[in-house]
Amino acid sequence: MQEYLPVLLLLAFAVVAATGFMVLSGLTGPKRFERGKEDPFECGMPLFSDARRRVTVKFYLVAILFLLFDLETAFLYPWAVLFRKLGLFGFIEMMVFILILVVGLVYAWKSGALEWQ
Amino acid sequence: MDLQSILLSLKAIVPEMILTATGCLVLLYDLLIPEENRGVHAGISAVGVITALFSVLWFGSERIEAFSGMLAQDTFGSFFTVVVLVSLLLTLMLSRSYNDWEGIQKGEFYALLLFSSVGMLVMAKATDMMTIFLGLELLSIPIYVLVGFDRKRLSSVEGALKYFLLGAFATGFLLYGMALLYAATGATSLSGIAAFAGKENVFGNTLFLAGTALLFVGFGFKVSLVPFHMWTPDAYQGAPTPVTAFMSAGPKAAAFAAVIRVLVVAFPESHPFLLKGLWVVAALTMTVGNVSALVQDDVKRMLAYSSIAHAGYVLVGLVSGDRLGGQAAMYYLFVYSLMNIGAFAIVMLLSEGEERGYAIENFRGVGFRYPVLGALMTVFLVSLGGIPPTAGFVGKFYLFSAAVKKGLILLTVIGVLNSAASVYYYLRVVVYMYMLPERAEEVRPRPVGVGVALALFIATVGVIALGIFPKGLLSFAESSILSIFLS
Repeated sequence: MQEYLPVLLLLAFAVVAATGFMVLSGLTGPKRFERGKEDPFECGMPLFSDARRRVTVKFYLVAILFLLFDLETAFLYPWAVLFRKLGLFGFIEMMVFILILVVGLVYAWKSGALEWQ
Repeated sequence: MDLQSILLSLKAIVPEMILTATGCLVLLYDLLIPEENRGVHAGISAVGVITALFSVLWFGSERIEAFSGMLAQDTFGSFFTVVVLVSLLLTLMLSRSYNDWEGIQKGEFYALLLFSSVGMLVMAKATDMMTIFLGLELLSIPIYVLVGFDRKRLSSVEGALKYFLLGAFATGFLLYGMALLYAATGATSLSGIAAFAGKENVFGNTLFLAGTALLFVGFGFKVSLVPFHMWTPDAYQGAPTPVTAFMSAGPKAAAFAAVIRVLVVAFPESHPFLLKGLWVVAALTMTVGNVSALVQDDVKRMLAYSSIAHAGYVLVGLVSGDRLGGQAAMYYLFVYSLMNIGAFAIVMLLSEGEERGYAIENFRGVGFRYPVLGALMTVFLVSLGGIPPTAGFVGKFYLFSAAVKKGLILLTVIGVLNSAASVYYYLRVVVYMYMLPERAEEVRPRPVGVGVALALFIATVGVIALGIFPKGLLSFAESSILSIFLS
């Protein structure tokens, strides 16, 4: 268990620092209460509607497509780092992977998933 | 891994590669052709499936440990590959006409069927929990979409949503079970778990027991064992009928393949503990499935409940826990696919569209007005009920005789009583077809195209031929089960 000591120290430090700052600012900071303070986010702009409203389903489509290509990057990075070591076979394998993704992209594109009417 | 072993590994997944390529091809070709020509996808997919079947004949018997032990091609995997591919082929033949009738002729339908089948094949060959999970997800996600494919029909979407929510939940159970097993044993490979279970006393290991239990809960959802069967009736009834037929055959066989492999390879020592649990589940599954099917007036829903009961019969073979039981279960899964897809095909023909349902009233007088349809339906129902000389009888005979040889007398009695009860609701349809007067307004069967006719022909010939000459398939099942018992 010796090797976990630094982790434990870090954890203790994080807890102490976080609670310490919160307690300190609570004790010493100025306190002024207004209506605006009750908003979920204080950004200087007045609220113009409730956050709980219906969102168009198109966002989900975009999100799913984003997720797909985001994950592709997660695979491409380690491959790029080890490119020389993996050699020709790694290259071919990655091309097959990308080809399958491109099939999906072409399909999504052609069937209009990328259009925002 | 060096190049040589990668190339060898690729040889183990030839059918998967063929199906994936066909799926991509269908998806892309769909974008190029006008809407009215989309039926051609069924043909393209069928060509891919037949090629994959031939590739199993060429490479299938060789044993290959692929991808550093993540996957293995052996006779066991090949057996289930054949089951899945045959079910897929029959489904494709039914889908083409059906999709025209219901106005859902789209390329995605066929691509999703193909991708889902790839998942099933991976699951049948998986020798590592990671690959089992990968196969299961690849199997499930396209099926969720396919259940809700007729998205303008409320029952279809309802079934899909229920299936998706419960299925995602079940996946959570399965994954948690795998994680606990990994925590307990430090291995994700089935042989690694077996090695751990052989060394340590697993009965005192809470992590191990909890992991095993959760793993089997997850599998129970997928093959719809009681008490994890709640999604089955609604999903089966809501799904487009060819998809229902496919769901009751392909995914079920693939999930059972994974269960058998896990039982045989990973838990050979802790069998008694697991088998007691499966004993109870098998008895419950048969009873609840059959009793619920008794009171259904909708034939599609009746077949959905009967598919729960049949999962129970197959489980009896696994509870026997030996070579004979496994062999009988595999034989039964194959013939069940044939007879069930056949029965669903007739149900599909005798309806007035999904919206109007599949009331048993539609079957009144069908036997005399449409003698061929009536006769075929009778063959499938008799086989489902387990009456000789059909394959359903031989399957049940082997399942129960394996159980008796193992001394599971009580379970066999429960099974046989259930089977007798099931004859009531199967033959009720036959009574409607042949013994009740016709309805005032006649139900016209859908026009039978070449594909549907061919599917019915294959299913009928299979059910009767395998009932009279079961030897060939049984010895294939035997050599398959031996290939994992000995490895």
